[in-house]
Amino acid sequence: MADSGSEEIAVIGNTDLTPSESENNLKNTMVEKGTSLLKKMEISVAEAEKRTGKNAVNMQETYTVYLIETRPVDAASEGTNPVPDSLWRRYSEFELLRNYLLVAYPFVVVPPLPEKRAEFVWHKLTADNMDPDFVERRRVGLENFLLRVASHPVLSTDKIFYSFLTEENGWKETVFETGFQAKADSRLKALNATFRVKNPDKRFAEMKHYGDELQSVISQLLRVRARAADRLYGVYKVHGNYGRVFSEWSAIEKEMGDGLQSAGHHMDAYAASVDDILEEEEHYADQLKEYLFYADAVRAVCRKHELTQFELEMAAQDLISKKQQREELATGTVRTFSLKGMTSKLFGQETPEQREAKLKMLETQIEEGEELVKERKTECNEYVKSAWVDIERFKEQKDHDLREALISYAIMQISMCKKGIQVWNNAKECFSKM
Amino acid sequence: RGGGQLTDVCCLSEIKTPARSSEISSSSSSGAMSAGTPRSLASSGQKNIQDIRHPLCAAEESASSRSADALIHPGSGAATGGGEKDLSLPNGTPVDTSSPASSSSLLNRLQLDDDLDGETRDLFVTVDDPKKHVSTMETYITYRVCTKTTRTEFDLPEYSVRRRYQDFDWLRNKLEESQPTHLIPPLPEKFVMKGVVDRFSEEFVDTRRKALDKFLKRVADHPVLSFNDHFNAFLSAKDLNKRQGLALLTKMGESVKYVTGGYKLRGRPIEFAAMGDYLDMFTQKLGTIDRIAQRIIKEQTEFLMELREYGPVYSSWSSFEEELHDPLEGVSGCVSNCSSALDELTEDMSEEFLPVLREYVLYIESMKNVLKKRDQVQAEYETKLEAVVFREDKKTPVPTDVEKCQDRVECFNADLKADWDRWQNNKRQDFRQLLTGMADKNIQYYEKCLAAWESLIPSLQDKQEARGETN
Repeated sequence: MADSGSEEIAVIGNTDLTPSESENNLKNTMVEKGTSLLKKMEISVAEAEKRTGKNAVNMQETYTVYLIETRPVDAASEGTNPVPDSLWRRYSEFELLRNYLLVAYPFVVVPPLPEKRAEFVWHKLTADNMDPDFVERRRVGLENFLLRVASHPVLSTDKIFYSFLTEENGWKETVFETGFQAKADSRLKALNATFRVKNPDKRFAEMKHYGDELQSVISQLLRVRARAADRLYGVYKVHGNYGRVFSEWSAIEKEMGDGLQSAGHHMDAYAASVDDILEEEEHYADQLKEYLFYADAVRAVCRKHELTQFELEMAAQDLISKKQQREELATGTVRTFSLKGMTSKLFGQETPEQREAKLKMLETQIEEGEELVKERKTECNEYVKSAWVDIERFKEQKDHDLREALISYAIMQISMCKKGIQVWNNAKECFSKM
Repeated sequence: RGGGQLTDVCCLSEIKTPARSSEISSSSSSGAMSAGTPRSLASSGQKNIQDIRHPLCAAEESASSRSADALIHPGSGAATGGGEKDLSLPNGTPVDTSSPASSSSLLNRLQLDDDLDGETRDLFVTVDDPKKHVSTMETYITYRVCTKTTRTEFDLPEYSVRRRYQDFDWLRNKLEESQPTHLIPPLPEKFVMKGVVDRFSEEFVDTRRKALDKFLKRVADHPVLSFNDHFNAFLSAKDLNKRQGLALLTKMGESVKYVTGGYKLRGRPIEFAAMGDYLDMFTQKLGTIDRIAQRIIKEQTEFLMELREYGPVYSSWSSFEEELHDPLEGVSGCVSNCSSALDELTEDMSEEFLPVLREYVLYIESMKNVLKKRDQVQAEYETKLEAVVFREDKKTPVPTDVEKCQDRVECFNADLKADWDRWQNNKRQDFRQLLTGMADKNIQYYEKCLAAWESLIPSLQDKQEARGETN
């Protein structure tokens, strides 16, 4: 396992895999943000393993588990290298954690998980969840998720999160005990419901729109990129055929033979080089995907604002109508149409006692209503405040991360071009010796 | 200016070959600079490459008092600038430099110079300046054929004539007839499927022009063919009259009719059989290479289509970003540059690589035919010899008829072997050039892309120092 200085990567990580520059930068930033959690603990998802077992309906299934390792920061800087604490978790447990966080902190743009199923694949990659490349990329994505949560000023303090990292057994039960499940269902319902808000906070409306646009554009980008990757693969691989034919041709030539043969080898090398190129590009695609899913999280936060605003407006509306009713009852005038009013008109007035009772009821309702409005107003304001803080935090993070992603993408392209120049120069040399 | 010029002239990829075929003009003037497209380029004549002005500067030449440069004067046939010693052949003959040549033939000329190993060349031929001719009967293209020579077989040191494909075809047939023991270089395909290929498109005409140029150069390089009277007539006659050619033929004395038929050859001698085998296998390999190249072009074209969609997505993304606006636009621009570079590469492969490859297949066919002819001659000899031997009981000398056959066989074999060696050598150079060119084109493509991405990095890293008042 890798050692690291206190200022550097606070991640043990699988050192066989070389993280790209931007991944490093990402982790550096997270540590610099310096949540108290990360200050005392190093977190990583070190390995992945296949398991078989019986599922809920008692059927055999194969699934993958991931090893979460944690290590106290002090130990590493002291030079000693104790064995890290570790436990195994499945993807579904990560999902459970995230769902919990979504409910517990609705004002936070909760970091997304890596995709459940491989999407935006180009033909060579299988969409198979058991595919080792997919599993590996998922491992990296899960680690990324944990680090993002651990570096969030609010989320990192959560106890459930902490026990996710440290307590293998009984964690699931602990989560369910919070009773978040019930809230989760209503949250989902609310998010999907259609309702019209009269006065949403403009910034949230804009942010929601931004989320929509971001999602749309990144989807498109990923789709086209996948198609382009497919084509690029074809271009490179066909050059491999030159290798074969040059070899055959060199067999019937005298002086030209050597040059042709060696040029053919370079063509083979060229054809083979595309595999690494496209693997690196998958990493870029993963970075984009993270923000594709982030867009969803942003929208959820904005939606929640709409919901709270809507509930406030509903309560306020209800209060107004109750007040109006009271006025009408008190003055005897009917301003608004109501079935009750009509029926009483048709079938005779109420007795003064009945009216008195009604008035009293209304008064209590109005009192309660005013309390409710006050509550909801506070709720709304607080939500707006804390959600906007997190949205600002998110925006800064997004700008930074995507810029880094673009830089590393450009570096990738540069490396690809340099390799191409080298191979063709080699081939050219061989040709010139023909 | 010299150094810069040298690079410029040798940079084939940047110089367009002259004349749009769509410009209908039957005048011989090539000075239609006003057309606005890069047309015929300044000729160097026999000049030192250092003294060659940048081809695209030719238009500014008119009143220039600068000497020692070739100039074009539309309508005037004389070289300007008196007293330039440079404007003459190595042997001192003054050269009329009013006939421009394309830069590509210039380059070809240079390369052929390299190949000659000290041989002094005394015959230079180029094909350029395609023009469309419209008459009531038909529409066709003519090409200018320029010749410069010191050979005494020619009356003048320089010629400039216009020929059409038909004329080239005539020449080739005449050469085959009159020099049956020699390998005649191939011509580009005669028939083109109308409706499938546009015979008057710039690409088609240019591809054909290059092949015709190569054809004449190969003939001009050949120690025997280049002295052929028909060739001479082709290069020099103002009005190539086919009857003139016929007259020439009869003038040549004993007509050499090697065309025999119906003789069965027992077996090809090993060395010629080996040639035949080689040609068969070589044809096969070329076919495979052709298919691979086509496949690559197809894949690249489809990749290009995706890139053309990919780049603009970054642009539309940038439209709703603030801090990321410039980086995203930058990436979009980069992808666009790479797309253009790829387009150029694909075009080059289509227009320069494939045609040369295909022409070689024709060359191989010609060679095979010569081998067959040789077989025929040998077969005739063997049959006649057998007939004589069969009848042999008296000691009669071998009839002259059979002797002549034997001579023919030996002559043919010798010519063929010499031509074969020459052909092999040329093939080696041609393919070296072709494949090196292919490598070069790919290198240029990657270099363009590299430059684009490298120039993007600093702007990507440069964060906006001052955030605006917004947010």
